[in-house]
Amino acid sequence: MLALALESSCDETAAAVVDGKGTILSSIVFSQLAQHRPYGGVVPEVAARAHLERIDELTAEALHTAKVTLPDLDVIASTCGPGLIGGLLVGVLYGRALAKGSGKPWYGINHLEGHALTARLTHKVAFPYLLLLVSGGHTQLVWVSGVGQYKRLGTTLDDAAGECFDKAAKLLGLGYPGGPALEKAAQGGNATAFELPTPMLGHKDCNFSFSGLKTAVRHKVVGLGTPTPEQVRDLAAATQSAIARTLADRTARALEQAPQRPTALVVAGGVAANSEVRARLTTLAQGKGLELIAPPLNLCGDNAAMIAWAALERWQTGIGPFDDGHPRPRWPLDAAPASA
Amino acid sequence: MSQQEFFLPDQEATAHLAAKLGRLLRPGDVLALHGDLGAGKTTFARALIQALNPAETEVPSPTFTLVQSYSVPQGQLFHYDLYRLGSPEDVYALDWDDARTGIVLVEWPERLGSLLPAERFDLALTHTDHENSRRLIITAPPGRLESLHVG
Repeated sequence: MLALALESSCDETAAAVVDGKGTILSSIVFSQLAQHRPYGGVVPEVAARAHLERIDELTAEALHTAKVTLPDLDVIASTCGPGLIGGLLVGVLYGRALAKGSGKPWYGINHLEGHALTARLTHKVAFPYLLLLVSGGHTQLVWVSGVGQYKRLGTTLDDAAGECFDKAAKLLGLGYPGGPALEKAAQGGNATAFELPTPMLGHKDCNFSFSGLKTAVRHKVVGLGTPTPEQVRDLAAATQSAIARTLADRTARALEQAPQRPTALVVAGGVAANSEVRARLTTLAQGKGLELIAPPLNLCGDNAAMIAWAALERWQTGIGPFDDGHPRPRWPLDAAPASA
Repeated sequence: MSQQEFFLPDQEATAHLAAKLGRLLRPGDVLALHGDLGAGKTTFARALIQALNPAETEVPSPTFTLVQSYSVPQGQLFHYDLYRLGSPEDVYALDWDDARTGIVLVEWPERLGSLLPAERFDLALTHTDHENSRRLIITAPPGRLESLHVG
């Protein structure tokens, strides 16, 4: 069993070959970060153009590194959404053409399903488990009870956690991407020097809200005039702490509301790379007697190995290829079609 | 052009005004939302969208996807956040032509340059000394703001 997958939903172009046992034969990620840095964010048209320029070469490289050729493959998959429409179109059309030309089935995969199943690729986690998916575009708690069986327990009502990192970093005059820049600035900062809100803390549901925190950071910055480097460090630390505490609190609530005892707590998405977020979730999981599973950093961000794995899981459980083929900018995980 | 200024003491007042403005809108209308990071552009847009279609329980920030579309009684509504747009023409890659047949809300409209339609509503949100209150100045085509006056 071999799958080739293409991922182009945001600012990374990626291609990977994975086998049915979960061995990653190749996983190549071309980051457009360097191209985006001058703009302080992802620029969609730049993204679509860069995906187009890279995808052919990346696919050839993924096949070459895996030491396989097109005829060896059993299935070809592309990320079908959610994401930026221009980038999605590139990956979907390229993948479909490649599948058509080589007579292989094509799977359109929900990017979030890729994140949701990564823990099974890396740690063979058994169903059911609780997933906290935290990235620049998404912040949600998902009950994963099987392939194609996802129930969202909570989601953000406004900004994603990663977006809050990015925007707070911008307000503090730190670099892009904001997450790593803010984490670096927070080192040596005093998180208690500034009081920031922790939205939704203690709420009965499992939802998130980060828009108010962003506004509060802005208010502090304006109030300080020109913050000193020490104040920037303290504000960065306070912001990071507020985000991490919110994530841990909402995850704790989801664990209480889960339909049964999960096999593990899984965290995925780019924000899972943040060490304070990981530390707080580890404490939470240990308190509940659960293991915190965090896929390695290179599989936390966007990559194609997770898309290949999702296609393989669907293949192996007999869920047929999802073949509508239309890229979807908006595609909630629990609306992921179980079959064609 | 008609212009009106509002003081919005809290989010509830913002939501109330957004709902009233939403009901005035017709297909082809463009609402340009001006304001700094954290000024409340997305909050205003969310309140407007949810007032028109209460079934839309999730109106995420479009910063990541750049555009989100919704069904409202007047047809389709497109919510743009052009903060990350490289050049104005790039908006055509984001369904701009389709969107113009419906109602369009645009955050960071200055990214559109000369492509920003001349006939539009301009909403300028500014911070006040208080964290939750905002000042809002609406500039609209002649005759479009009358029913906003009361309350």
